[in-house]
Amino acid sequence: MALLEVEDLGVTFHADRDVRAVDGVSFAVDAGKVVGLVGESGCGKSVTSLALIGLLPNQNTKRVRVDGSAKFDGLDLLRADRRTLRDIRGREIAMIFQDPLSSLNPVVPIGVQVAEVLIRHRGIGKHEAERRSAELLDRVGIPDPRRRLKEYPHQLSGGMRQRALIAMAVACRPRLLIADEPTTALDVTIQAQILELLKELVREDGTALIMITHDLGVVAGLCDSVNVLYAGRVVESAGRHELFAHPTHPYTVGLLNSIPRLDALRGEELTPIRGSVRDVLAWSAGCAFAPRCDRAIETCLTGPPSLEGTNHSFRCVNPEVVP
Amino acid sequence: MFRYIVRRLLQLIPTLLGLSLILFLWLHRLPGGPETAILGERGTPETRAQLRHDLGLDQPLWVQYGRFMKRMFTGDLGVSINTHRPVVTEFMERFPGTVELTVSALIIAIGLGIPLGYLAARKRGGLLDYSSVAGSLLGVCVPIFVLAYLIKEVFAVKLGWFPSAGRQDVAIDATRVTNFYVLDGILTGEWDAAADALKHLVLPAVTLATIPLAIIVRMTRASVLEVLGEDYVRTAQAKGLTERTVRGRHIMRNALLPVVTTIGLLTGGLLSGAVLTETVYAFTGIGQFIAESIDHRDYPVLMGFIMFVAIIYVTVNLLVDVAYGVIDPRVRVR
Amino acid sequence: MTPDNLTPEAASGATAPEQRQDESSGLKGLTPKAKKQRLDRLAELAAVHADEKGRSLWAEAFRRVRKNPAAVIGAIVLLLFVLVAIIGPFLVPYSPTSTAWADQVKEGQNIIPGPSSEHWFGLDHNGRDEFSRVIVGARQTLLVGVVATSLGLLVGCLLGGLAGSAYALGGRRGRQVDNAIMRVVDMLLAMPSLLLAVSVAALLGPSLITVMIAVGVISVPVFARLLRGSMIAQGHAEYVTAATALGVRRGRIALGHVLPNSLAPVLVQATLTLATAIIEAAALSFLGLGNPDPAVPEWGVMLTDALTRLEVAPRLTIYPAVGIIITAFGFTLLGEAMREALDPKLRK
Repeated sequence: MALLEVEDLGVTFHADRDVRAVDGVSFAVDAGKVVGLVGESGCGKSVTSLALIGLLPNQNTKRVRVDGSAKFDGLDLLRADRRTLRDIRGREIAMIFQDPLSSLNPVVPIGVQVAEVLIRHRGIGKHEAERRSAELLDRVGIPDPRRRLKEYPHQLSGGMRQRALIAMAVACRPRLLIADEPTTALDVTIQAQILELLKELVREDGTALIMITHDLGVVAGLCDSVNVLYAGRVVESAGRHELFAHPTHPYTVGLLNSIPRLDALRGEELTPIRGSVRDVLAWSAGCAFAPRCDRAIETCLTGPPSLEGTNHSFRCVNPEVVP
Repeated sequence: MFRYIVRRLLQLIPTLLGLSLILFLWLHRLPGGPETAILGERGTPETRAQLRHDLGLDQPLWVQYGRFMKRMFTGDLGVSINTHRPVVTEFMERFPGTVELTVSALIIAIGLGIPLGYLAARKRGGLLDYSSVAGSLLGVCVPIFVLAYLIKEVFAVKLGWFPSAGRQDVAIDATRVTNFYVLDGILTGEWDAAADALKHLVLPAVTLATIPLAIIVRMTRASVLEVLGEDYVRTAQAKGLTERTVRGRHIMRNALLPVVTTIGLLTGGLLSGAVLTETVYAFTGIGQFIAESIDHRDYPVLMGFIMFVAIIYVTVNLLVDVAYGVIDPRVRVR
Repeated sequence: MTPDNLTPEAASGATAPEQRQDESSGLKGLTPKAKKQRLDRLAELAAVHADEKGRSLWAEAFRRVRKNPAAVIGAIVLLLFVLVAIIGPFLVPYSPTSTAWADQVKEGQNIIPGPSSEHWFGLDHNGRDEFSRVIVGARQTLLVGVVATSLGLLVGCLLGGLAGSAYALGGRRGRQVDNAIMRVVDMLLAMPSLLLAVSVAALLGPSLITVMIAVGVISVPVFARLLRGSMIAQGHAEYVTAATALGVRRGRIALGHVLPNSLAPVLVQATLTLATAIIEAAALSFLGLGNPDPAVPEWGVMLTDALTRLEVAPRLTIYPAVGIIITAFGFTLLGEAMREALDPKLRK
């Protein structure tokens, strides 16, 4: 059985009008594997991850409804009570967020922010926690960890901050790590280092990783399998090699074509996807991607396409290539 | 940190110099000039001229200003027209009462305001939130002297729970050490005197606390709301920390920063409020003395008080800024 | 009286973003002067222009103000108040200064007749019709509030506008001009408001004009600081750079573009200041620095007279007190709602 099995996850925000941000998303994460959730901003990937650990703003109030199930080692995270979730967070499932500066408490030393996870979940004393925090900082590649423990987030560089956040996340050797665009806010050179670090850590600890990104480059270098999300639904799902070799959904193809490549022929043009995420159609009316799709045909507007296929599934009535 | 304080102190010099110049000119421009301020309406033209000469008022303005400053520096703020005693002596005698009052008011305002503001923010849109916001908006709209009279009428006159005037029952013959009555009672072990002084303090302190309370509640609420939306709070929750750690270390430690600054700024308003509150409760502090002085047009006292208050105000705010530097690592000067 | 019209929400907003800016640009030694920052923050808000739909800031703000029940209540209260102040004096049953019923009042025996069909609010301690006095008093109170606020607004905007345009457009010399003006303003800002008013009142002698000037002076530094901050924020806006690049004259940019766009927070502050002006004026009356003419009914003076007779006739306190509180509350509600509507951080 998979470590995490997300089944038909849905998130609805009840505001002036109801917004279905995530709609019937299913995927599974096996122990020690890396799963990518890919899509443009607004496609529901961050909402998915926050819903899993119960940290959506106003989650479980009448303003936000979450349905479906997410079985983590047999326990349904979406039905778990707050106390249970608190015990799981940081110990079994840890998260790494996008903006390392705003994700760190500006008035608390780095050391305390690392140590508090250990103190909370491992029940160890302050001194022991401090010693282990230094080891953790060392492990994530922060030089001179003893001194850094006493420093504040604003005294660290962007890359160092993200390393510190990673140290907090891996402190208790969680079984599942969720990384939400961990490199987006960083310089390109730092991005590669951080990805390398993540790769190393999950390999050493045997941690499963959900990698949330809009960057197919990140996926290519890291993930075992990939789920492409559009307007709150999975539109294509496959193993990494399969996806890159035979991209099937026009949206996936579009994403791949909009990556600039150094080895591209001179004069070859980038082909961006038309329009923006705002031009979505409600899934009930047809394929949400149809308004932006070059391959859209009449059938696309008759009803929502279903997810076809087992190992390589896609949600399209007129796919690019049939795998 | 030391250099920071020195720099801040140096920055105060032009402000205080400017203020002293304004006050000097103010004293000069008063109807009738300083000699009226001293003699009042009494005195023949001859005695007036004599006084003008004695005071050096016939000398150039800048010489006069120089002298004025010299007196200021030696702590000489002149003599009260009303009581004929040095202004500084009067202040020193009454200052402890005002400090007792304002500090108690501040303790009430902080002690109630911060938890209330926090709860209102956490239960945003709830009953407590609405009532505390509405209450605090209304609170600043009630003239404090009206509130003072109403509280006095209900709790002192009608219900008789607390004394209505003064700082100490006349029947109690307490030993004076510091002129902080409550403290005196504790120091000398005269517990009944301390308890009595405390009882006298309750109503004025509650009255004076209303506006700071209203401001602190709204300030804390707004600040907590802002912090609740910060990513680091989500990070703290994602770490599975207990509610207590999230609240104390991650929410409040950040949310209280602007509140601390506000508290420093409340000093000016508190001293203004003390003038009104002490008057209503016949509380013998500086405020009541000032209200009397306004009545008597006792200008040397008023001028001295303004200078005095300005110095307190800038000092308190300097202390607040320094405290801020200690609690917020981002402004810490290396 | 409100300590220096501190509005908390803005102050909290004041520290946070500036700090963030500060550290990202590597600056250190931020001195937290929240009072100033509060004003500067409010000023910054004016620099935000239109939302994505292209709706103007004003239209958008108005829409949000209208949806806010607090603002609507505030506006209704104010409308009623202004209506009473303007047409009330023509409708009152008796002259507010007539002591025709003085024989019914026996202060020695603590007799001040209460409400009756002839005198809806009863008589005051001098045997005048309280109802007529309260109604006519509204006009005096409004007058004091409006004149005092306008005075503070005018002088404050003059100072702040000068400093702001000097800073935003004037290079080094401009910065020096700005610095000199703002030092004076900061000095005034450091004085407790009531004492500032008392000093002015002492200088001018008690009269209605004195109250207006004294209360007006309190708000001068507030408006000056606010407009300056707002203009500086505007000065950094793209369109000023664009206009400068196009060769539009500096003075023209300052007057034609920067100033009009900087006025929003000033108007919000003016609404809030009206509330404090009314309360401060009452406090001055209480300290014996108010209008010495007892014949002209004014809520602050009426209140002060009534408080000494709280035991005998509490209603005499209640009428003007409720009048002052409700009016100040109306201005506060509306002002706060406007400020919230202008603050993009609170939009949701």
